Amino acid sequence: MTDKILMVHGSGGEATGELIREVFGRAFGYDPSAPLEDAAVVEGAAGLAVTTDSFVVTPLIFAGGDIGRLSVCGTVNDLLMRGARPAYLTAGFILEEGLSVEVLSQVAASMAETAREAGIRIVTGDTKVVEGRGGLYINTAGIGLIDAGEALPSAAGAREGDVIIVSGTLGDHHAAILGERLGIRTASRSDNAPLTDMVGRLKAAGIACHALRDITRGGLATVLKELAEASAKTFVIREEAVPVTPAVRDFCGLMGLDPLYMGNEGKLAAVVAAEEADRALALIRASRYGQDAAIIGEVRGGEPGTLLLTTAIGGLRRLDILQGEGLPRIC
Amino acid sequence: MCVAMPGRVIRLEGRDAVVDFSGNEVRARCGLVTVVPGDRVLVHAGCILQKVSEEEADGMAALFEELAEDGT
Amino acid sequence: MTEDAVREYLARYDGPELRLMEVCGSHTAAIAKNGISDMLSPRIRLISGPGCPVCVTPTAYIDRLISLAETPGCAVVTFGDLLRVPGGRGTLQEASGRGGDVRMVYSPFDALVMAEKEPSVTFIMAAVGFETTTPLYALMMEDILEKKLTNLKLLTALKTMPAVIEHLLENGAAVDGFLAPGHVAVVTGSGIFRPLAEKWQMPFAVAGFDGMSLLRAIYVLARARGRGEVFNLYPQVVTEEGSTVAQALTARYFEPGPALWRGLGVVPASGRLLKAELAAYDAGSDGLNDDSGTNEACCCGSVLAGRMSPPDCPLFGRVCTPLTPQGACMVSAEGSCHTYYSYHRR
Repeated sequence: MTDKILMVHGSGGEATGELIREVFGRAFGYDPSAPLEDAAVVEGAAGLAVTTDSFVVTPLIFAGGDIGRLSVCGTVNDLLMRGARPAYLTAGFILEEGLSVEVLSQVAASMAETAREAGIRIVTGDTKVVEGRGGLYINTAGIGLIDAGEALPSAAGAREGDVIIVSGTLGDHHAAILGERLGIRTASRSDNAPLTDMVGRLKAAGIACHALRDITRGGLATVLKELAEASAKTFVIREEAVPVTPAVRDFCGLMGLDPLYMGNEGKLAAVVAAEEADRALALIRASRYGQDAAIIGEVRGGEPGTLLLTTAIGGLRRLDILQGEGLPRIC
Repeated sequence: MCVAMPGRVIRLEGRDAVVDFSGNEVRARCGLVTVVPGDRVLVHAGCILQKVSEEEADGMAALFEELAEDGT
Repeated sequence: MTEDAVREYLARYDGPELRLMEVCGSHTAAIAKNGISDMLSPRIRLISGPGCPVCVTPTAYIDRLISLAETPGCAVVTFGDLLRVPGGRGTLQEASGRGGDVRMVYSPFDALVMAEKEPSVTFIMAAVGFETTTPLYALMMEDILEKKLTNLKLLTALKTMPAVIEHLLENGAAVDGFLAPGHVAVVTGSGIFRPLAEKWQMPFAVAGFDGMSLLRAIYVLARARGRGEVFNLYPQVVTEEGSTVAQALTARYFEPGPALWRGLGVVPASGRLLKAELAAYDAGSDGLNDDSGTNEACCCGSVLAGRMSPPDCPLFGRVCTPLTPQGACMVSAEGSCHTYYSYHRR
């Protein structure tokens, strides 16, 4: 096998077969005796959750993770947020000519490892090669199983008096990626992680999450504003309660960014009944990736679709969804 | 205008200083002020603008008292 | 004076109506971020002046950057803020999408590294800023000359604070005091605002950027109403005379010239241009004073002068939003309309 991807790896012929055997077969497990079928046949359940997401991040490998881990976590977490058990994953790769085979192998191995951790099986995939500058793009689709009669969280499910929990510190992924792109050495590492253990513990303990969302692009404020709108309630959060590491806080200060709008890849916001809040918090804190979880606010009646932040100095700030892109400012 | 943040000089590298902001390391030019490792400095867009004086603003308390007496 | 006493005074203030202007985009952002407007008595009104250098950059400047980015062999180096600012024919971000060479940096010194690494490309630094940032471009100019770099030029849209404050007051801005820009004052010194304070008999408070510092500054302005004095409330980094090194560097490479402020018009001697003998390093900055192509119904001029509140503009929130900004104030996250839209809507 060559050490760079060439156009011939997309030919569908011998070189493609070699790529699939040597890179994906090695990472995802491959039985040379089994026939290569056109589709995977899998077992279902009473309900199915289906989602898809594409991953185009650069750099491909960054502090705390890589595009492969990200492509599994993103889709797994989307399934979990709808109350489904992640079961099957598809992986489509678009490789640009010139991509290092070593990097691709590393990414594939990371996907396999993350899928094992998340409890999802990679059952089918596809590879295409295009001209370019050595880039790599991944699309994953996920199928999750839902048992009959299960109560599912919904964006519209928040009720007056509910408590809002966030599962950990905000903005670490965004700071890690932006730091790499701008050449700033930062202590922040991507939080990309599958939240299978966390959500599983809540479910096993019988905690009914009225609303559940992973906090990704757009950050906490965007997610909570959308939940407040879908639920037609006022959400109030306290600035001092929102967990942010000193490294992310200062990174945001340097760049003129706001942690409330920074992207994450392994955090969730849960809206639960007040009487279950302490138990839910303890469960999340005990779970993998949940040690910094905190109660940050509550749901009130008030004006529908409003998100308010009480600031550290005693002010009140109205938060909207992210406008435009989170670009660094000087001024 | 002008986002600027206080950080602490870790080391000097030629005409630049490496400045730490709670775990974020930024290279900053020192052309406007002479610094040594350990100094607290104000950095704007990759340049040290000024040293941050550590002493508390003593004059401030007096000013606030004076204003409170004057005011209506 | 305890923090509670300051808060209490500002919440209960019932004296004559006070209109206080901040002329620093980072102050505007910090006021919004800390939710300060809601902590003040309705008799204290905060007005956002022309404190964001990106917002007040004329369309001709953006258009020139776009055409440079689209010139083969040229690359435009810029801070992130400038990418979304509309010129007469789109934004730099759109130009980049069409294949124009636009490089975003954190520091202007990154452009020096690029120019040395890629000698076949001519780099154009989009040199935007106020007194705080100009010395950085001066240091950059010093390096360009020392390293004899011929492939790095500046396209300047540099502006100065006191000149535009004077312009606003002469044109009848309804203001009783100024929150003076803390980081501009690091370079210029707080003393630069003294002639303005004395001439117009109103207080200037040089303020820091955390919530409590801003509340204290507003308190000082309220207490000192009608007094032509400058209060330095940011002494950790601001002195009366400022950074003489930075001032001397600026004066070595730049000279005053007229500048067009989007929404306000041309303000004489409020700009800084590379000196004539450095013309070879200028990518055509002089005379970029055309501001056509903006929406004629835009009221940015009145908003910046404190005569109109953002929602009173007929375009606000309808055709003019952060995603489709029609004027200066909606462009940057620090613009008054953008801030108002994001934090006070509904």
